[in-house]
Amino acid sequence: MTESNRMLEQPAVRNGGTLKMMSRATYLREALLKNLFLVCAVVAVAAVSLIFIFTASRGWSVVRDPGLGAFLGGTEWSSTRGEYGILPLVNGTLVITIGALLLGAPLAIGTAVFLSEISSSKMRRIVRPAVEMLAGVPSVVYGFFGLVILRPIVAEMTGGMGFGPLTASVILAVMIVPTIATLTEDALGSVPPGIREASYAMGATTWQTIYKVLLPAAKIGIIDAIILGMGRAVGETMAVVMVAGNAPQFFKGFGAPIATVTSQIVIDMSYASGTHKTALFGLAIILFLISMGLVALVRALSRLNDRKA
Amino acid sequence: MSKRLANRIAVGALWLCGITTVAVLGAVIVYVFVRGIGQITPEFIFTKPHGVNAEGGIGPTIVATIYVTGLAMLIVTPIAVLAAVYLAEYAVQGRLVNAIRFAADTLASVPSIVLGLFGFAFFYEAMGLGFSVLSGALALSFLMLPIVMRATEEAIRAVPRFIRWGSYGLGASKWQTVSRIVLPAAAPRILTGLILAMGRAVGETAVVIFTMGEAIYTPISPLDPGRSMTVHLYVLAMEGINMDAAYGTALLLMVMILMFNLSARWLTARNRKVKES
Repeated sequence: MTESNRMLEQPAVRNGGTLKMMSRATYLREALLKNLFLVCAVVAVAAVSLIFIFTASRGWSVVRDPGLGAFLGGTEWSSTRGEYGILPLVNGTLVITIGALLLGAPLAIGTAVFLSEISSSKMRRIVRPAVEMLAGVPSVVYGFFGLVILRPIVAEMTGGMGFGPLTASVILAVMIVPTIATLTEDALGSVPPGIREASYAMGATTWQTIYKVLLPAAKIGIIDAIILGMGRAVGETMAVVMVAGNAPQFFKGFGAPIATVTSQIVIDMSYASGTHKTALFGLAIILFLISMGLVALVRALSRLNDRKA
Repeated sequence: MSKRLANRIAVGALWLCGITTVAVLGAVIVYVFVRGIGQITPEFIFTKPHGVNAEGGIGPTIVATIYVTGLAMLIVTPIAVLAAVYLAEYAVQGRLVNAIRFAADTLASVPSIVLGLFGFAFFYEAMGLGFSVLSGALALSFLMLPIVMRATEEAIRAVPRFIRWGSYGLGASKWQTVSRIVLPAAAPRILTGLILAMGRAVGETAVVIFTMGEAIYTPISPLDPGRSMTVHLYVLAMEGINMDAAYGTALLLMVMILMFNLSARWLTARNRKVKES
């Protein structure tokens, strides 16, 4: 905020009315509007709190039934047997997320480096909109594409139905490319040009400049990008439901069906009741806490980065 | 290996990354287009599905999608824009602003399935709105709030300071300056943000499936249930019934999203041109 703005906010009427910069009516109206805007801004905080409180109020009783240990440490998720252990689902989420990151992060970072360091402006006008549009494709369309195109190919390779971690990881890899690429490009863009020029001036090639100078300089921004891409992969639901096979079992191979925390919620929600439903809300609490934790981590990292700079 | 050769290989690999990204998008678009274009007839767009295999059109799902997105837009726009006005024009850096930004970031990264479950528990059950367009729109507005807030805040910050000083210099109050000078100047970029948020809402599945339901119904009142295009595509694909209609629905969805994206892009480009001239 600038000095002039702050001056205008001073209620000059208070000074015994000697220096009237604005009438009392104007002052009151301005103060009222300011508070109205503040209320709107606080809606964001209220919304997040509401989501957490409501999900938690519906899910917290997993602590009693099936019990916190059986919920967090259970190795079986089966509604028919009344077992609600999340480990197979966490395992599925981990496998698919790691797969997606291994495939998607190099592609995304490569694309970002290409856009910021190598591409001609003509190529940039093609690649950057493509990245943005990949972000806009609905997840159910990705899932559909995976189901009808990728699944048969994977089935051929692994000899099953083609549902499983491999198909899901490839689809998720594509889905996290825009998140990681956009943020990485921003990080590379904020590296001072002087550093680049110094590297080139010493006779370094483009590639040497990229991996010895630019990538280290943009390190924290790129880690942020990968963390947020991970958040996207962990939270993605519909695309995973359509290609993972939805069997809540531990990883048995790249072509064997698997389920994730998110996909199990969608599959079970249609018929769950009682403890089962409570357990689903318990899963939602975990997802909420993971995404909030990742955001907090990114903020802490960028604060660290600012302090260093 | 000489550094020249290493350089050539690495640059080639980076080119490959860029091209792969474009190729993936191209493959999705071309595939959906080729398989779906044959389905797109006036009958498909305007009539109701019927029969066990959902033959016929997808009219009600298009109405439900546009209805719920429009309603969510109406709910979220005033709140998000005014919140951004507060953050960009009024707020003093401090704990409150930090909390607001942290909340907005968290809201933006909450998985959509969590929003769907929350929407079900809060709007369907607690508020008694049932499976309805209103429940869906309220839940979607949670999803759109951080997107519109961020776009608006950036738009307001991009308005040059001296325009504000001009206004203050003429004796305008803060609100007069914001409402008559800053917001009109920021309008094109705010609109771009709104369009992108609408694109997100149209493509959203997990939120609406648990708040608006799956019933094929043409909603008239906001309390009517409905099935969005995304939910329709999901159901058709998962049950493996009527894949033709699934391709058609996917194509129409993609066309809608592309239109949102392109119009946002066009607005940005036009805005830039106006500024330069």
